[in-house]
Amino acid sequence: MNALFSELQWLPGTPPEFSDRLRGIGTLAANLGGEIQALASHALDLNQLTRLAKVIGKAQTEGRALNPLVSFRIAILSNSTVDLLVPALVASAARHGIALEVVQPAYGQVAQDALTPDSKVNSSRPDAVLFALDYRALPIKLSPGDLEGSSATIQGVLGYLQTLRDGIHTNSKAVCIFQTFAPPAESLFGSLDRALPGTMRYLLDEINREVASYVFSSGDVLLDVAGLAEIVGLADWHNTQLWNLAKFSFSDEFIPLYADHVSRIVGAIRGKSSKVLVLDLDNTVWGGVIGDDGLEGIRVAQGDACGEAHLAVQRLALDLRRRGIVLAVSSKNTDEVARTPFDQHPEMLLKLEHIAIFQANWNDKATNIQAIAEELSLGLDSLVFLDDNPVERGLVRKLLPQVSVPELPEDPAWYARTLSAAGYFEAIAFANEDLKRAAYYKDNAKRASLQKQVGGVDAYLASLDMTIQFQPFDTTGRARIVQLINKSNQYNLTTRRYTEPEIAEAEEDLSVFTLQVRLADIFGDNGMISVLICRRAGPDIWEIDTWLMSCRVLGRKLEHMILREVLEHARAAGIERLIGVFLPSDRNKLVVDHYAKLGFTKTNEDASGVTRWELTVASANPEIAPMSVISRGFESSKERIPA
Amino acid sequence: MDEPQIYGRLEEIFANVFDEEAIVLTPELAAKDVDGWDSLAHIRLILTVEKTFKIKLTTTEIGKLQNVGELVGLIKAKT
Repeated sequence: MNALFSELQWLPGTPPEFSDRLRGIGTLAANLGGEIQALASHALDLNQLTRLAKVIGKAQTEGRALNPLVSFRIAILSNSTVDLLVPALVASAARHGIALEVVQPAYGQVAQDALTPDSKVNSSRPDAVLFALDYRALPIKLSPGDLEGSSATIQGVLGYLQTLRDGIHTNSKAVCIFQTFAPPAESLFGSLDRALPGTMRYLLDEINREVASYVFSSGDVLLDVAGLAEIVGLADWHNTQLWNLAKFSFSDEFIPLYADHVSRIVGAIRGKSSKVLVLDLDNTVWGGVIGDDGLEGIRVAQGDACGEAHLAVQRLALDLRRRGIVLAVSSKNTDEVARTPFDQHPEMLLKLEHIAIFQANWNDKATNIQAIAEELSLGLDSLVFLDDNPVERGLVRKLLPQVSVPELPEDPAWYARTLSAAGYFEAIAFANEDLKRAAYYKDNAKRASLQKQVGGVDAYLASLDMTIQFQPFDTTGRARIVQLINKSNQYNLTTRRYTEPEIAEAEEDLSVFTLQVRLADIFGDNGMISVLICRRAGPDIWEIDTWLMSCRVLGRKLEHMILREVLEHARAAGIERLIGVFLPSDRNKLVVDHYAKLGFTKTNEDASGVTRWELTVASANPEIAPMSVISRGFESSKERIPA
Repeated sequence: MDEPQIYGRLEEIFANVFDEEAIVLTPELAAKDVDGWDSLAHIRLILTVEKTFKIKLTTTEIGKLQNVGELVGLIKAKT
């Protein structure tokens, strides 16, 4: 059995004080969620996961706050015994930032639970339903050599799965997570099984392919159990003794691995996947120490086993970058020396242009990694830090527990596989935008280093040579407006979602004031970066129904400039008061103080954290940031250049 | 491995499986005597025993087990 996977070896080993810390959790006054996540982030075995889950369950029952863990309810429909899986899932989910609640219906009632509107599953209003089915759950009839019979079986299976899915969709609206099916380890003809229609392997191959395509078109989510079983080996995956004894779908050895994979998917649904890979250089990106060994001494060449191991790390980093993961460097080195291999070593795959932020200095790595997160305007939990040195790993884990830091084996031959096995960058969908993101953050980082050079923030902002452009909603901007309204989470005051017809209606409605904002700077056109909707809430009152901004342009005082524009139109329309509302979601903490920073006065706060704010139009005077202002499409259009 | 050693390792295993430090193992101890020793905990116990002692029990052996004494006997025979 491959211990990397069965023992989750990218995670640090369970500490000796595990039991004590577990007992201590019950008496913690604060940071319960943080401590649970910290404990979960070790390579726990099934028993340890079960014990941790017990503590989590108790805290949930007592209604204790578990932040930063985000709650998620999952229902499991299965043809196998999931009783040992459930606690493993709860504990593993905490590792991925999720406070998981599992709804577990009676054994073997898959279809009834999906199709009955008031079944336990549907009435529990889960966020997602996991179809934890294996091949034994499928209406499969073997028909070796019979293509027609084979196709009929495949269609029958897909029809069955789709019926389940439609049942859940109609009755509870939950996201469906479909698993692919790991074929049994037993063959019939031998190699021919793969080629011959109607054999188990042929049928499951086809079914898996169809399920995967189906999920792409239906907007559901895929958990590739067949792929997972392939990686660890079917003979180890299927434990027929355990199936016979207790109806375990797969070997207990892989429950922690399976639970981690489900949790990655749930984490990805909740936007918890990592976005940045921070690389150490010496003995990670190349073999040897550049400061000691020099350009000729480091090992990064084809034909050298050690060099190839490090090239594999570079190749993986590049592939990740191509799919939208941002690369950064944190190295204890003199900057110039650290850059030399990137510039001059002919065999290096990674080039400086691939690295969004390059931190080579003698500061401790925690400080550097924090700086990287700040420059990218991303949370520390978006970062993965790859370093061969256990001391550096330990320091970063201790000082920045939110950063993911994989354990690495001694031999660099396994570095790339270990990083990949950890699954930090799990995604449930792929958008064209992802392709552009890495380059995008690189531009942003260019802006951040410029900020350092020029010193003061205002001087920096002035050096960006920004032009902000205001327009009311129009048909040209509509598609992008609708997209932003439905996808922005972080810088979004109310997270209200509107459809295209609703936005078209707002364009026409004279009582609604709308604003689309674009921004250009020396680096190029940022496109639409903010959307705002004000509705009349009284004869002389506007309530800001929607205000969202792109996080890419934070820290430029754009919100102040946008408010200035709104105030100008408010005055023209005879409005005396502006009302702002903040509706907390699990993603928009960023803007909890948005209105306070803009000079609004808080008028109300309720128990759920909803706050209401007010600004007197006549006396308001938000800060001016240096940029050209273009106002177009309003009755009083003009171009202004403020001082 | 002699019996006292096996009992010592088993006590650690019981503490971990049943999340209960104070279980004192005797040969007569059986599922009905321990809180939470249901059929699933039993499977978890067997799996942990197999892993810890690096042994495999057959389906029949698992099905016939009545108490801790019999488990220790099996472990002794297989290590």
